[in-house]
Amino acid sequence: MKIVAVCGMGIGTSVLLKMNAEKVLAALGIDADVEAADIGVARGAAQTADIVLTSDELAPEIGDVPAEVIIIENFFDLDEITEKLTPAVQ
Amino acid sequence: MEWLVVVLNFIGQQILNVPAYLIGIITAIGLMAMRRNSGQVIGGALKAALGFLILGAGAGVVVGSLDPLGVLILAVTGAQGVIPTNEVITALAQEEFGAQSAYVLTLGFIVMLLLARFTPLKYVFLTGHHMVFMATMLTVVLSVGFGDGLSWLVVLIGAVLLGVIMVVMPAFAHPWTKKITGNDTIAIGHFGTLGYIAAGASGQVVGRRSKSTEDIQFPQGLKFLRDSMVATSLSMVLIYLVFAIWGLIALPLDEALAIFGVADAGAFIMEGFGLALQFGVGVAVILYGVRTVLGELVPAFQGIAEKVVPGAKPALDIPIVFPFGANAVLIGFLSSFAGGLISLGILALWLNPMFGLALILPGMVPHFFTGGGAGVYGNATGGRKGAVIGGFVNGVIITILPAILLLVLGELGFSNSTFGDADFGWFGTLIGVSLLGGTTLSVIMTILIAVALVTAAIFFQRKFVDTGWVPGSNRQDWLDGLKAEEKARVDAEKARKAGERKSASVAQKAE
Repeated sequence: MKIVAVCGMGIGTSVLLKMNAEKVLAALGIDADVEAADIGVARGAAQTADIVLTSDELAPEIGDVPAEVIIIENFFDLDEITEKLTPAVQ
Repeated sequence: MEWLVVVLNFIGQQILNVPAYLIGIITAIGLMAMRRNSGQVIGGALKAALGFLILGAGAGVVVGSLDPLGVLILAVTGAQGVIPTNEVITALAQEEFGAQSAYVLTLGFIVMLLLARFTPLKYVFLTGHHMVFMATMLTVVLSVGFGDGLSWLVVLIGAVLLGVIMVVMPAFAHPWTKKITGNDTIAIGHFGTLGYIAAGASGQVVGRRSKSTEDIQFPQGLKFLRDSMVATSLSMVLIYLVFAIWGLIALPLDEALAIFGVADAGAFIMEGFGLALQFGVGVAVILYGVRTVLGELVPAFQGIAEKVVPGAKPALDIPIVFPFGANAVLIGFLSSFAGGLISLGILALWLNPMFGLALILPGMVPHFFTGGGAGVYGNATGGRKGAVIGGFVNGVIITILPAILLLVLGELGFSNSTFGDADFGWFGTLIGVSLLGGTTLSVIMTILIAVALVTAAIFFQRKFVDTGWVPGSNRQDWLDGLKAEEKARVDAEKARKAGERKSASVAQKAE
């Protein structure tokens, strides 16, 4: 399974989101590949990914992609990430 | 024993002196400390090393685009034109300063952990790219200041200064950060902090009676600028075209055409256009490299930090506050850009002729991210007026400070790019100036700066952060008052309507 974490530049917040998503996935015992991306390449990356994680403000710019787009309000809230990611990965 | 010397020399020169391998090894150690399996350790280390090499490849592309522009700007204005872009200057500096800055980064991270563990400044700075930029900038400034042959001193002092700046800046910004997020779970770890504090403070002064930006219905048309590839290319195309057309008008035609080595004016303009796009390409490649390194390095760092300083606040990248003021981000960006243009005018008309400072051209990316952040901080204390003034002040700061910083960067100062964000400017200049004396005096001065910053930050933390001081509380009371009035008015309206209905039904009954 491939997951893309998206932020504006793809080097700051998305790396943190990637890290926290990996923690959640490890806790759930799911083997997935999480990648950080900036908004510019996100659309391309989302073509081959299963899930896109991003913020409320960036989600509209990713638009209509084959991957499931999940909006995370607080990138540092592991409970929120777990709650939103669990139904999508199982 | 000769073989040992040969082996040590080999390790020192051929492995530990090559930044890409060094970063790979550091990442491997971090991943091992987190008890990852061997496949993940090898994969992560290799990816980090490759990411670093990608950085170098991107730097080559960027230089190919920046050099002709530098020549063109010098020809038309007679001054050095500089576009501050942290990624670019860091990539350019790696060839000469890469290995030392990797040591500064690693040791500086350890200094930060020690400070977070043993002082009240419980912040863990997790913005990986800013750590890398600051480590590089300190290495360059210290190497220029100390001169050749003292690289161990550069690493030691650099690590102390890096560790210090990574815990003090989140502390100084924290009262405003808390005001924005409404809680105390995260801090800001971003080296535009001077701009954010200035925005928060000036917002408070001008916006005593100004409503929040978030009540405005804003057109969404400018949102495409969040895409860094679009923003960098677009700004570079504008800059290139302005100077290309200026060059055609101001210079003799032959002389202008010779700069790009083309045959006619049409080809000249389009060559400029193409070179501008190459800059976007180079920055995209560099960002890909940075992302690849940090995707491996930051989780390793954070894993270690959680063990050493449990419960410390993560200090995060600036876009983490953007959701708290989406309109403020746009307003802040636009007014920061305006501040940058006006300051460019001041540089061109006054500071360049008087003091020989370079012309700092506005880079879209730093203005978007730090200007946007300043807008959010300004809005938190001063509403709409605060966001405008906060962004503007930030724009002035990130234009004037980089011009001064260039003076202490040595040869790297002539490379047509520099570090953009506010803290690189003031901290780099301060350190550069403290190195003007002899070696011993320089060491004493830099250590004094480190001690002074930590002392001031601990005082600030105790006096303002821990006591729960909230900047702009007067305005908050006023806003709460407005809200209460509004609510009272709505309630009264409701009661009146209910009363009317009641009396109407009573009247009906009476009929």
